[in-house]
Amino acid sequence: MTLLRSVRLTTVGITVATVVLLALWPLLPAWAAHTVAVSLGGGLVVLGLLILIRFGLVSFGQGLFFAIGGYAAALANQFLGITDMLVMSVAGIASAGAVAWALGYIVRGHRGIFFAMLNLAFSMILFGILAKTVVLGSTDGFSVGVPTLLGFAPDPEAGRLTFVLFGFIVISTAVVAWWVDRMLASPIGYAGQGVRENELRLRYLGVSARGAVHIAYIAAAKLAALGGVFTVLLIGHVTPEDTAYWTKSGEFVFVAILGGSGNVAAPFIAQAVFELVRTFALQYAPDAWQMLLGITLLLVILFLPGGLWSLADRLRGRDA
Amino acid sequence: MIELAAIVVDSLVYASWLFIVSIGLTLIFGVMNVLNVAHGSLYALGAYTAAWAVGMYVNGAPDAGFELLAIMLVAAVVVGIVVGLLIERGVLRWVYGRDEIVIVLATYAVFLVLEDVMKLIFGPESYIAFQPRFLFGTVSVAGIPYVGYDLLLVPVVALIGLGIWGAIHRTRPGKLLIAVIHDREIAAALGINVTRFFTVTFLCGAMLGALGGALSAPLISVVPGIGVELIVLAFAVVVIGGLGSVEGAAVGALLVGLGRTAAVFFRPELELFVVFVVMTLVLAVRPEGLFGKPKARRI
Repeated sequence: MTLLRSVRLTTVGITVATVVLLALWPLLPAWAAHTVAVSLGGGLVVLGLLILIRFGLVSFGQGLFFAIGGYAAALANQFLGITDMLVMSVAGIASAGAVAWALGYIVRGHRGIFFAMLNLAFSMILFGILAKTVVLGSTDGFSVGVPTLLGFAPDPEAGRLTFVLFGFIVISTAVVAWWVDRMLASPIGYAGQGVRENELRLRYLGVSARGAVHIAYIAAAKLAALGGVFTVLLIGHVTPEDTAYWTKSGEFVFVAILGGSGNVAAPFIAQAVFELVRTFALQYAPDAWQMLLGITLLLVILFLPGGLWSLADRLRGRDA
Repeated sequence: MIELAAIVVDSLVYASWLFIVSIGLTLIFGVMNVLNVAHGSLYALGAYTAAWAVGMYVNGAPDAGFELLAIMLVAAVVVGIVVGLLIERGVLRWVYGRDEIVIVLATYAVFLVLEDVMKLIFGPESYIAFQPRFLFGTVSVAGIPYVGYDLLLVPVVALIGLGIWGAIHRTRPGKLLIAVIHDREIAAALGINVTRFFTVTFLCGAMLGALGGALSAPLISVVPGIGVELIVLAFAVVVIGGLGSVEGAAVGALLVGLGRTAAVFFRPELELFVVFVVMTLVLAVRPEGLFGKPKARRI
């Protein structure tokens, strides 16, 4: 029993969710499987934002790393002929990690609105470069072929979303979510709370607030890049407008606020709600989709500051 | 030589336009600490209203003259004030005192709502209001013909800028406003009605946003999405000069105007890139902007 008790509830939840999703594959209709996979991809980006929010930081330019991930995969496919999803994922994470490491030296001293704006500026620079560079596909972007995994090529008749890709996305997302949960419960995660609550006191304790922010920034970037790779593999196409432009970054912030920062599961739940509502809204009320988003965001800000996740806490009778 | 003259004139015209479309943003931030994403919508609303009003009037009076300008500007200003009042009373009032990022998100929500409201009211088609632009004929500068309306923007916007500066620094309400900016609590303790200053400032900022849109309507084709593009550009302008500084917005507008015009002349593919590189450099080195004052640390 002691062994069981030392396992975190979240770890159990992640394991159960992974098994359930994999077992559901034969039952899920194609659109539902696609929605699940896309939600996991987008949820990863939002999970990165969750880390930053735990540090008291909001980035209005997470599309930068989302785009880097997506383009790393697309470019590897286009110019190097790489079709392996694992290699593409590593390429995306590595490029975003390198860029975030370099940019981190600039952003780690910034807080609040300046942090948000600096990231916005970075992402708009990348947008400017991508949209105007012909080699990088300019505004049209690239198409990406059906990916393979470790030499295993899916049946070309089976469509884009095969069990291989679905399983790869579900399992990698689970591993990453578990890792983030551990990270938030580690000294670096608690340093984040310190940065948010009172940075000065944290520094009196001898902790480098800037160093901690730098680490969180790189982690968030890698998550966003992995989300970008998954999204490109699922959609099969990447454009600057859908990745690096500020509206995409704003969308991620929206989902982060909708889910709340209470648990690593919140981003995925919120992203799934977002994708579902978008699917139906685009069908029944295409001209009111953004209005719906805006009103929801206002309601969450005013009445549910802890996001959807805090509903769970409220149901359990805890104060959010 | 002729190229240089063209760059200087184009930059000035473009900078004036940038200044008038971003001044409301910096004013609101300077006083209220609210980074108003909905500024982009107010600009678009102003442009739509102006274009619509011009279109309606010209239909009835094909040879309309200078009254077009008045119709265009008054219509936009009225819409700006009404919508500004709705935003301030309906939304912002409830989030004052929350974290500044939360307030940004609230204005972002308003922005999303207004994007669709405009689509529902004005439809997806484009509105064109070219008539006011040709009221002033063409003027030749260094042998290059320019549209008079474009050139007139420069002195008109300069006057508006000076007017705002004067209203803040040379009038009694302006001095009280400075007190509010420096310390809300002390200002309130001295008997200044801070809430009313907030409302009035927001209305002025909203009105200026709509005015910027109205003045732009003859220059562009008014389509859905202009607010989305405008707001990032306005962010760049006000951040470069220093959020909350009127002089800063002027310098930011000049820098961005010059940078973008030079890029268009020499390396058109760098057009957007240049703007945000300047923004990044300023933010990285002097986050409070070229004209902003660093805030004292409060423990």
